[in-house]
Amino acid sequence: MTQPTILTVDDSRTMRDMLRLALADAGYRVVQAVDGVHGLEVLSSERPNVIITDINMPRLDGFGFIAQVRTDSRFLGVPILVLTTESSADKKSLARRAGATGWIVKPFDSMKLVDVVRRVTA
Amino acid sequence: MATVDGMAAIRETFFQECAEQLTEVEAGLAAMDEGTADAETINAVFRAVHSIKGGAGAFQLDRLVRFAHAFETVLDLLRGGKIALSETLLKTMFHSNDALADLVAASRGGGEVDERRMDALTDELLSVGGGPAADPAKPSAADQMDGLDFQPITLSFDEFGLGGATPDPRAIAYSITFTPRAELYQKGNETARLLRRLGQLGEMTAHCDASALPPIDKLDPGGAYLSWRIELTCDEGPAAIEEVFDFVVDDCELTIVSRQEDAPRSEDEVRVVSPDSPLAEAPRSDVAANSPEPAPNRSAAIDAARPAAEKPAGDHGKSEPASGATIRVDLDRVDRLINLVGELVINQAMLSQKMMEAGVARTSGIDTVLGALEQLTREIQEGVMATRAQPVKPLFQRMARIVRELAEETKKSVRLRTDGETTEVDRTVIERLADPLTHMIRNAVDHGLETREARLAAGKPEQGEVRLSAAHRSGRIVIEVSDDGGGINRAKVRAKAVEKDLIQADAQLSDGDLDNLLFLPGFSTNSTVSSISGRGVGMDVVKRSVQALGGRISIASRPGLGSTFCMSLPLTLAVLDGMVVSVADETFVVPLTAIVETLRPKKSDVHGLGVESRVIADRGGFAPLIDVGRELGCRADPADPLAGVALVVETEISARCALLVDAIHDQRQVVIKSLEANYRNVPGIAAATILGDGRVALILDVDTIVANCSRGAFASAQVLAAAS
Repeated sequence: MTQPTILTVDDSRTMRDMLRLALADAGYRVVQAVDGVHGLEVLSSERPNVIITDINMPRLDGFGFIAQVRTDSRFLGVPILVLTTESSADKKSLARRAGATGWIVKPFDSMKLVDVVRRVTA
Repeated sequence: MATVDGMAAIRETFFQECAEQLTEVEAGLAAMDEGTADAETINAVFRAVHSIKGGAGAFQLDRLVRFAHAFETVLDLLRGGKIALSETLLKTMFHSNDALADLVAASRGGGEVDERRMDALTDELLSVGGGPAADPAKPSAADQMDGLDFQPITLSFDEFGLGGATPDPRAIAYSITFTPRAELYQKGNETARLLRRLGQLGEMTAHCDASALPPIDKLDPGGAYLSWRIELTCDEGPAAIEEVFDFVVDDCELTIVSRQEDAPRSEDEVRVVSPDSPLAEAPRSDVAANSPEPAPNRSAAIDAARPAAEKPAGDHGKSEPASGATIRVDLDRVDRLINLVGELVINQAMLSQKMMEAGVARTSGIDTVLGALEQLTREIQEGVMATRAQPVKPLFQRMARIVRELAEETKKSVRLRTDGETTEVDRTVIERLADPLTHMIRNAVDHGLETREARLAAGKPEQGEVRLSAAHRSGRIVIEVSDDGGGINRAKVRAKAVEKDLIQADAQLSDGDLDNLLFLPGFSTNSTVSSISGRGVGMDVVKRSVQALGGRISIASRPGLGSTFCMSLPLTLAVLDGMVVSVADETFVVPLTAIVETLRPKKSDVHGLGVESRVIADRGGFAPLIDVGRELGCRADPADPLAGVALVVETEISARCALLVDAIHDQRQVVIKSLEANYRNVPGIAAATILGDGRVALILDVDTIVANCSRGAFASAQVLAAAS
């Protein structure tokens, strides 16, 4: 089986690095984007198995990004996880409505992160 | 698992990113201060603070998280239009950014922060943010944080009930009905995964109800037709089950009925999880309408977003090109590369010279190749140097803080305007520029600007303005600090200089000369050394540090209108434009920036005042003539001025003076090699370099040479000036 690919979209280098570290350790191939617009660009040449995106980003935020991704038939069933610092029902509902599969509450540790990823893939 | 090394590296990244984000906040606040309080500006500031909070949480920097959260809450209200931007709020936010910077620094270095100031500021933010107002009954700001809707930062797994939930010793039986809607599948969730996960909680049986399944020819592959009835017995509370369906609760109909096995049935607890959302009422047949739209739509959206991407990076201080086409490189590697390229330049020059000497160059067309090599080498050098170049923006923003603090301290109203923040300079120059620039800024606010009252009396706006600008000009960077204050009080300067015995009472000095007296060592027009710009250093120290960077500083002042200090600096400290000269058979390099002009002394121009001191006629006056060979101990006897060349140089003392050397050979760019790093500090010598022929040449430290040469030389020059 080929190594599953995860696209991470986050404007914070710290977050991108943390995601990469945890996911690469768990055996995933990680591709990165710095905001929603960049994420869409990356998707023109990548077919990730899972997408993890931040919400607050310049140019195109996470909600807008997910909405765009969901209009593309190639990514209809691809799990999209939203990174959020808030665990409020409000934010979760917003993420769900935008088409997210689930969410990861920051801060996360690598076990928790990988567990959520497995939850939508395994 | 994340390695310790990996996390340490990310921690370092986090702090670097914090610095960028603090810069972003500062830029955004400055824009708001200028009246640009649009949604994107506020949002960018919010994002930056939010990112700091997010990263800080990952490293358990609780103090930083709490403060960033309070700050972020206010910004969130601001961007939501729930509070209005006022001058007071802006001030609070500026202070908050400073405090945030302090907290970041403390978190990084493990240092201390002023807790009381931090608490006071947190209270201020909380009262703006509509949280509990400062209440003396509550001991600290930290306690008040509890009132906020903020999840304290933990790394436990409770969020997903992965082992954090308290197990109920008694097994509970649940009846669950679960009817997914098509949206559930469209969002990447799957029934099978949910059921498997549910099954991990305990004993489970699941029945699939396929009665709604249409005939195969009517079946929509994207539709949802199945529902499930599940019996589960486990020792988890209902929360654990809800948690399994957490992601899909809006996209299905779900009921969870629990009963404790030994409890009477009448106490059955029915939990209906699905909210009555508009989605829940949507008819199933909507699936077709929700089917995917063709791809072109997507690219249209990308195109629409593109113009924003092409905005110049400097505009909102974006710290990173959005294309992500950047890599991070260890600074040591860049330094090593710069050093190596320096060697390459030297070797290329040596090769050219040897080829010329051997006479092969001209005959065989090798000169064309050598020319190309030289061009290439220079381009590589410029390219490599550019990798270490950084915009002056962060430096300028540090100045913004200084102006702010100083304005409060001096009770003056000051606005700092910056220009050319994206101008790039070698980071080594930027690092060493901070001190002199800080002093100049302090000086402008403290001495340059008048008090509010004096400004109003002079018919000026109450708020003074300090301008800080950077620009590239003919291969150098020019930094200007100007104020719209009262200008230099020349009468006062003159009186002070006479009192300090720096000039004769009747000395004829132009306005420019008078202004330049400010750069004399120890000069201070303020009778009491102010605690602010005093700090023991004067403009002479500024001038010297600028000169040590291979730069020059000048001053222009107009009474009543203000003063401008202008620094011109090299773009890098790795190379230097120098004049190659010889003195007593030794080769030296004199920095070109120090040289004003070169003279071939005529007999009538040189005057001796005793054996030790000579002067040379210069621009209608006299300049001391310094015998470089004797000063450096290359020879014992005085050199014959008529056989040599005089380099007129500018020094920290406003008078000019001339360096006597034997001959001038060449004018070229040389690669600077630190003498201190390789040998030791030698007075009169700034550094060393390797010439094209492989010989080592020392680079003269003009300032030290002139300073060491006794004051007597200047006295002589003045005596002669007075006599003529």
